[in-house]
Amino acid sequence: MSMVLPPFSLKNGRGENISFPSTKATLTCVVKEDCPTCREVMPLLVAFGHAFGADLDLHILSQTEAGIGVLEDAYSPPFSMLDDASLKVSFASDIDTVPTLFYSDVQGRPLTTLVGFVRDEWQQLAAELADKTGQTAAIDWEVLPQWRPGCGSLSVDPAIADRLRAQSQNSPLRARRIEIGSQDDEFEFMFDQGFSDGLPLVPPTPERVLRMLAGSSRDPQEVLALMPPNMGEVTVEKVAINAVMAGCKPEYMPVINTIVQAICTDAHNIHGVMATTMGASPVVVVNGPIREQIGMNMKLGALGQGNRANATIGRAVRLLIRNVGGAQPGGTERSTLGNPMKFTMCFAEWEERNPWSPLHVDRGFAAEDSVVSVFTMTSGPSLIVDQDSRTGSGLAGTMGLCLESAFNPKAHYATDCLLVVVPEHVDTFVRDNYSKSDIRRRIQEVTARPIKALVADEISGTGIKASVAAAMSAEALEKRLPKFRSDDDIHIVVAGADAGKFSGAFHGWATGEIGSMPVSRKIEEL
Amino acid sequence: MTILLDPTNERIPVARSIAPRPAAITGSVGFLDISKPRGNVLINRLETLLAQRLPQVTFNRYAKPTFTKPAPDALRRQINAENDFVIEALAD
Repeated sequence: MSMVLPPFSLKNGRGENISFPSTKATLTCVVKEDCPTCREVMPLLVAFGHAFGADLDLHILSQTEAGIGVLEDAYSPPFSMLDDASLKVSFASDIDTVPTLFYSDVQGRPLTTLVGFVRDEWQQLAAELADKTGQTAAIDWEVLPQWRPGCGSLSVDPAIADRLRAQSQNSPLRARRIEIGSQDDEFEFMFDQGFSDGLPLVPPTPERVLRMLAGSSRDPQEVLALMPPNMGEVTVEKVAINAVMAGCKPEYMPVINTIVQAICTDAHNIHGVMATTMGASPVVVVNGPIREQIGMNMKLGALGQGNRANATIGRAVRLLIRNVGGAQPGGTERSTLGNPMKFTMCFAEWEERNPWSPLHVDRGFAAEDSVVSVFTMTSGPSLIVDQDSRTGSGLAGTMGLCLESAFNPKAHYATDCLLVVVPEHVDTFVRDNYSKSDIRRRIQEVTARPIKALVADEISGTGIKASVAAAMSAEALEKRLPKFRSDDDIHIVVAGADAGKFSGAFHGWATGEIGSMPVSRKIEEL
Repeated sequence: MTILLDPTNERIPVARSIAPRPAAITGSVGFLDISKPRGNVLINRLETLLAQRLPQVTFNRYAKPTFTKPAPDALRRQINAENDFVIEALAD
């Protein structure tokens, strides 16, 4: 044990700064008001104050702010008590017990240190001080117990010791530290704790988290968002911890930070997205220069496995939702079937292969901005196989027919979709000078059905209720409804390998105010 | 020892799963005295009583260097290696 009292300047109950060391030898005692041994020694300290106060400085450090008033009221000491509620002096002096009494010389060097209460030690110190000052403290030693062990110092309370240590070392880390015994397996431990999505995690050691934090220019304690359902504070540090577990590189941090901000908006509504029994999940599309900078895949297999950035960025977001937000299957996450996108779903748009404007430009950003766009999707990618169409209208017609299955073929005006057009299909559209608007219009055209065709019947019991249809006029039943309420509900991006006429479509969830709306956000910290 | 940083919102204490509970006490039982005064009184009494009821069991005694700090790794490993059960006695 190497307890040394550091130089300090603390405020007394009147707000005055009191410094150690000063021009006299000093007695400094650290106490807390709910410790019986501290209360045992307070009258002795008061007696010391009356006897030796002219020759010694006497500092009593309270480990709580409230303790100053409580102890001053109870014992009326002839000295003011000092506020060490921040525990900085307690921590720096390395005490683990209160009371701890330091007797220091005029330079602040330690002469005697007493821990807890041992009557002989205190009596010996009183005699030594009496010898030096010619005064005697009025204490009846015989009525005092021989020994009292003292109480644990707040500065070693496991709940706050890590924070104090981090502050004293100027560490940016504030998260709770979990010690894994040398005989325990940290991988199994993380499974046991429920940190995992079911796959192994990289252990988030302080060293790895510090390296991850180097990828962000933000303050590690900045709160990016409150994440439902538990409204957990997503600090940059928590992002870094979960990013380490997911297997990310530090340079992915700005992307993950921005996705967190995008999904924790009222428009995206991550709470509903996670809670719905339908099994929705965020689908993230990344645009702009960041795609190349961090090596995202937008080409062959862009929606599949094999690329670290795509796979781990999406996974880090999902782990944050699980660990910080608290959405866990069987808890507030109630998906009937689940969905593989709930592991991860993040990809980049191949803007250079896109003959139209890229997604982020469509959504109001500059081409040179790096932007994340978050969609809520319940299924996908559902494949659109068309190796035969040679015209834009034919190909977009196929896309429309495939998209009609979203939810079920009779569900019109129900959801939105994210259409991922592959390069060979892009070429077909380009040959016909087909724009994105043309594709959307054609999809709406080929999916438009008279309302009478959307009524529940003997083939399929879902659709518009027969009783509702019966109340409609013949003219109203002939009115044709396209699949989507608006052309704007058809979101289009370009990705995939140069070879293959297989585009993909993600089917949405409840759209608009009652559900989830796409959110795009610029990555600012680049 | 490995240190991990908590990835959660820290609203729930970290819980560790406990070892399966055996149906019978056999083998060796370790007594760990944390070195607070009179901890040995409790352990002596427990050992006397348990020895009467479990004559086939071996008892081993251990002590932490100080009650204020966790048991050293070497002591934990030793207790783990030499015993099937451990009883830790707090004083006060």
